[in-house]
Amino acid sequence: MTKLHWKIGTVLGLLILSFWLLYPSVEWYSKTNDDRAKTEAMRMRPKRILNLGLDLRGGTHLLLELDVAKLEKKEKLNDAMARAIEIIRNRVDQYGVGETPISRQGERWISVDLPGISNTEEAENLIGKTALLEFRLVNTANEAQAVLSKVDGMDEPPFDKKGALLPEIAKMMPKGAMLCKAAPGPDGEKARYYVLEAVVPVTGAYLESARVETDQQFGTPSIGFTFNKEGGKLFEEFTGANVNKYLAIVLDGVVHSAPVIKSRIGGGSGVIEGSFTMEEARNLAIILRAGALPAPVNIIEKRVVGPGLGEDSIKKGLSSAAIGFIIVVAFMLVYYRAGGFVANIALALNFLFLAAAMSYFGATLTLPGIAGVILSLAMAIDANVLILERMREELLLSKPVAMVIPTSYDKAWSAILDSNVTTWIAAIFLFQFGSGPVKGFAVTLTIGLLVGMFTSVFVTRAIYEFWLTSNPKELSI
Amino acid sequence: MMVLIKKTNIDFIKKRFMFFGISAIMIAAGAASMAVKGLNLGLDFTGGTLLQVQFDQKVTTAQVRESMTRAGLETSVQSFTGRNAYQIKVKGSQERVNEMADKIMAGFSASFPGNKFTEEKRDYVGPVVGRDLAKKALFAFILSLFGIIVYVAFRFANPVWGAAGVIALLHDVFVAAGALSITNREIDLVIVAALLTIAGYSINDTIVIFDRMRENMRMFPKMQLGQLANTSINETLSRTLITNFTVLAVVAVMFFYGGEVINNFAFTMLVGSICGTYSTIAIATPLVYQWAKKGR
Repeated sequence: MTKLHWKIGTVLGLLILSFWLLYPSVEWYSKTNDDRAKTEAMRMRPKRILNLGLDLRGGTHLLLELDVAKLEKKEKLNDAMARAIEIIRNRVDQYGVGETPISRQGERWISVDLPGISNTEEAENLIGKTALLEFRLVNTANEAQAVLSKVDGMDEPPFDKKGALLPEIAKMMPKGAMLCKAAPGPDGEKARYYVLEAVVPVTGAYLESARVETDQQFGTPSIGFTFNKEGGKLFEEFTGANVNKYLAIVLDGVVHSAPVIKSRIGGGSGVIEGSFTMEEARNLAIILRAGALPAPVNIIEKRVVGPGLGEDSIKKGLSSAAIGFIIVVAFMLVYYRAGGFVANIALALNFLFLAAAMSYFGATLTLPGIAGVILSLAMAIDANVLILERMREELLLSKPVAMVIPTSYDKAWSAILDSNVTTWIAAIFLFQFGSGPVKGFAVTLTIGLLVGMFTSVFVTRAIYEFWLTSNPKELSI
Repeated sequence: MMVLIKKTNIDFIKKRFMFFGISAIMIAAGAASMAVKGLNLGLDFTGGTLLQVQFDQKVTTAQVRESMTRAGLETSVQSFTGRNAYQIKVKGSQERVNEMADKIMAGFSASFPGNKFTEEKRDYVGPVVGRDLAKKALFAFILSLFGIIVYVAFRFANPVWGAAGVIALLHDVFVAAGALSITNREIDLVIVAALLTIAGYSINDTIVIFDRMRENMRMFPKMQLGQLANTSINETLSRTLITNFTVLAVVAVMFFYGGEVINNFAFTMLVGSICGTYSTIAIATPLVYQWAKKGR
């Protein structure tokens, strides 16, 4: 085995490896949309494939901010974030939309990419609800009645813009109590309020399951829940000690119902009633099962791309880029002939290897990512042009072909190396410190530069050296 | 052998003040436009809401504008030729996510009863997000510039080269940004990616000529720096132009036929790639000459 055999073996080996790595992606994207959706719902989506970003395939991107101020003091931010992400993932998984990248961004942001969801309001409710379920006693003291009649007589809600109680009402409140809004009733009805005890004996943290139940008589949906053992015991004790009082079921600070406790409730289960639609009840059951977020989240960024627009833009953009590259390939062939042919082989391999590498890493291709690909391809072509121009210079000195090739590569190498490394340094910094699209650009650029250096120097040289074994007299470039 | 560019012998160094002048004019034009008109920053940086809808039946831009005014909204409206689709933007801080988009939709429903419209795209960027993205991108960019200077200084044994390369790079990014301001094109995160691409392309182009100068310095240690620079530029001229041609071919096709989504991107790249080649010859190399001639 000579050195040349090793080189050619390496190239052919990588070629086969690339096809093998690319196969899952090709298979995946040649399926129909329905088939893909079905496979995703079954969670059989292959891992190592090239993903398309939401800007290319359509979908909803949400950026959520955890309201740290409302976090329980003892919980560390990192733990809270990890828990919030876990819970959101749970909810999305149960909802069933397929592959949904959820990741932490910066200190207290969570990015959620929902592919192909068109009903974004529903998605927002599913993800953005805190789902904090509390059971509180209703305060029925005289002061509480006074507060309620005062609030009832007001035209404005009793809270200011920040959600704090208005001072004139705050001073009327009985000790250790709070004012809570009731879930809205039928249209046109005036908002109702409850005065509740501030102490929360049982919360949704003790829930074991939640499901939709329908009323036998009217078919209206409600949510049945079951406590775990510990919660069941707490609930039993609590109800036993408070017979004939009113128990408010509070979800995210809104009272859904406040039935009277007729007797000690054993068995650890109950029902949340309210005027839910079937959809709402289903989603509520999902988020109750998945658990409450450690603190409320706010949507601070939202991007919805209709799947039609994504497809349209990808088609037009890609076809124009393809035309551009055909022009380049044709030009290289005409201008450098055999040399151009070799360069074009390198370019084709570049595409192949890059796609294979990105599939292997399960990378996501976005519009900025395509910009990175274009830059790396342009630099790969540049490397070839550098080598070919060197060859022409050396040929003009009427050196023999066998000498021209190694000399040209040696001389061109330092320029190729330095220009690539310089750009690569920039790419590494952008990858490390950039976010979102800047990162997408840096990823494809970093991989693209490595692949480009390999194909435009190593592969082309192997081809020339192989050709040199036939002892050619002339080099047609 | 097909040769487009015959062997040249142009005295680029002698013309350097003319080049500096041209660049000064380009930069001044961009700066003036930025000062007067400013950069048309997209939602990514300003925050706000964007809604893109396509109507079933024909409506005119004027009608869309009027319906927005009637809904009491201050918006910018952009139409897409031949698609009966409109993009409505309301920039600035908005605290709640769907508030503005719902108002726009309600405005359409009120003004165009019976004309069905489909939502194609909806963006909301909260007030904090935009600033954070821009800050991070800028921070990463500046760090990478330092990385470039250090590496080039190390490889060329003199910080002058790195500094000249980075100035040429900044020159290109600035001229491209100026062109965006003059043509009133919107700057979003995809454009940031384009500007980064220009930066990468510019430094790549510059390094190639620097490399030839480094090589010639070794081969002809006695040659005058000016002549050395000229020889190096002329020797690599055909490579410079051919590489640039291939890049231009791709971005020009993307610019003319690539569709609405990548049009701004392609425009930025078009300006930037031309500028990147120009700055290598006209800025980076003469700067090295200007700064290093005394030292030699």
